Amino acid sequence: MSAVAEQTGQWLADFTRQEGVAPWMQELRISAFQRFAELGFPTTHDEEWRFTNVAPIARAQFVHATSVPLVTGVGVGPEPNLAEQYLGKLASFRDNAFVALNTAFLRDAVVIQVPRGAVVDKPIRIEYTTADGVHTAPRALIVVGADAHCTIVESYSGKGRYFTNAVTEIVVGDRAVVDHYKVQREDVSAFHVATLQAQLGRSTNFSTHSISLGGALVRNDVNVVLSEGTEATVNGLYIVNGTQHVDNHTSIDHAKPHGTSHELYKGILDDKSGAVFNGRIIVRKDAQKTDSKQTNKNLVLSDDAVIDTKPELQIHADDVRCTHGATIGQLDAESLFYLQSRGIGKQQARSLLTYAFAQDIIDRIQVPDLREQLEKFLFEKFHEHGK
Amino acid sequence: MSLLEIKDLHATVGDREILKGISLTVNAGEVHAIMGPNGSGKSTLAQVLAGRELYTVTSGEVIYRGQDLLGLAPEDRARAGIFLAFQYPVEIPGVSNMYFLKAALNTIRKSQGLEELDAFDFLTLVRDKMTLMNMDQTLLNRPVNTGFSGGEKKRNEIFQMAVLEPKLAVLDETDSGLDIDALKLVAHGVNTLRSPERSMIVVTHYQRLLDYIVPDFVHVLAGGKIVKSGGKELALQLEKEGYAGLGIADDEEVAVV
Repeated sequence: MSAVAEQTGQWLADFTRQEGVAPWMQELRISAFQRFAELGFPTTHDEEWRFTNVAPIARAQFVHATSVPLVTGVGVGPEPNLAEQYLGKLASFRDNAFVALNTAFLRDAVVIQVPRGAVVDKPIRIEYTTADGVHTAPRALIVVGADAHCTIVESYSGKGRYFTNAVTEIVVGDRAVVDHYKVQREDVSAFHVATLQAQLGRSTNFSTHSISLGGALVRNDVNVVLSEGTEATVNGLYIVNGTQHVDNHTSIDHAKPHGTSHELYKGILDDKSGAVFNGRIIVRKDAQKTDSKQTNKNLVLSDDAVIDTKPELQIHADDVRCTHGATIGQLDAESLFYLQSRGIGKQQARSLLTYAFAQDIIDRIQVPDLREQLEKFLFEKFHEHGK
Repeated sequence: MSLLEIKDLHATVGDREILKGISLTVNAGEVHAIMGPNGSGKSTLAQVLAGRELYTVTSGEVIYRGQDLLGLAPEDRARAGIFLAFQYPVEIPGVSNMYFLKAALNTIRKSQGLEELDAFDFLTLVRDKMTLMNMDQTLLNRPVNTGFSGGEKKRNEIFQMAVLEPKLAVLDETDSGLDIDALKLVAHGVNTLRSPERSMIVVTHYQRLLDYIVPDFVHVLAGGKIVKSGGKELALQLEKEGYAGLGIADDEEVAVV
């Protein structure tokens, strides 16, 4: 316990120094902090954190700062009780110290409500920027009404060494169509831990894309719970070099029958970087006729990069189709030779093939400026790499 | 001066010697057919000329336009005017045919001191060549060879050749897997590209292709060596008598004659 006390001491000081909030929120904060104090930061003995050592976060000294994101594209404000109704009920802090820590610092959560049947043409954007030396706990709650259509883009960036510990909760009403993007472009010295918890209604069409480019130490948890007839797309792209480490844990929970999930995560690793992919698919006893496909593909450009990839299928129903596959490979020698044999220089050929590897994830991005931004990032990154 | 001079070329893959002393001279404008059974080293020769790293040249030399070819990287050989039409063109998902070919053409042009073409000029250039190969323009926007039928892949190779206008084209079993109509189309493309300045090495297992692309010289390769050379009538003799007529077994592991 003393180790935990040592870890939590600094956080406790920040926690107690917070200004008061509404009683329900205060209560939630306290129970979350208590849970955090009990759990402490996870270690690599914890199965969920086996390949990701968060000691650098636990050891670091950050000053807590309130996150003030720039939010655009939102129409009318949410119903008054929405926050109280949902916050802390979806993303559970029982087993996750980082979610507990985030909840302990609840204050100005971004609460967005898309009314029933509304069709929001322009993306709703939430942009977080973090400054050097601070810890922030960004929190967003997005409640999408039945039959509504919307696109949500979350982006994270900053400058310096800091710690972003984010939680986003999304509730999707029946038959709604939601396209969600998270673009993580943190400073390469920053720490980023984030949980997305999505609760999907009947016959919804939900897609989420996690693009992870920055950060020294990054952990993304994407947890999606499906209902009857839900169609979920869970995509991810991670590109790391130097000594960056990115850990993607996804959980797709087929709770009801006739759900479909497609998951595609792709990673590009260079230098001494590391990546983890852990894809859990749960098919509950009732969830007959589930159709689930998981793919993780990794392109390793150096000898020193390390990737750990693991499917985790928990299937309790018998009439289902679940497939999964993971690949780890280098640039294809035959493709390189083919390009070179047409006059394209070896380095340019390498850049071209690396870029091409990520192309199918980029192609699925439906927000034009986001796609262009990423294409530019990739092009510059691999052009540089090419040199 | 000859365009290409191969002198006593030996090459290995791993510790297996595949080319065991090949000598061949190709002059400007000539079309040489290289025939031989499976495993004779035909494709190896084609790949070695294009610079495939998989093969190690252990001895001999290749002089191309007065220059040592073997010291050049594959891309530099291409820029110097060598083109290999692949037996198995590679599928490259994520790279459009158009982007790829434009990048290729412009690097080659740049190395020759020519101006790079913009998208408009490039399209104007390729349109005619696509018509020549009876290729649908939508193929330009598709990823390189991805989802192409066997015939489309081979046509795409000759289309690339038409765009890149090499001085020496090496066609590696361009006929394999083609039905007669596709074969005629590919041969027509190749024949259109014949010129006094352009030489070709046509590698094939069967004589059939040579009915349509009529060579100036025919060489028979067996066991990693050229065992017989002659005019186009040699191909006809092979057609009639088979490799066995020359005392060559037509199988994977070929005895040296």
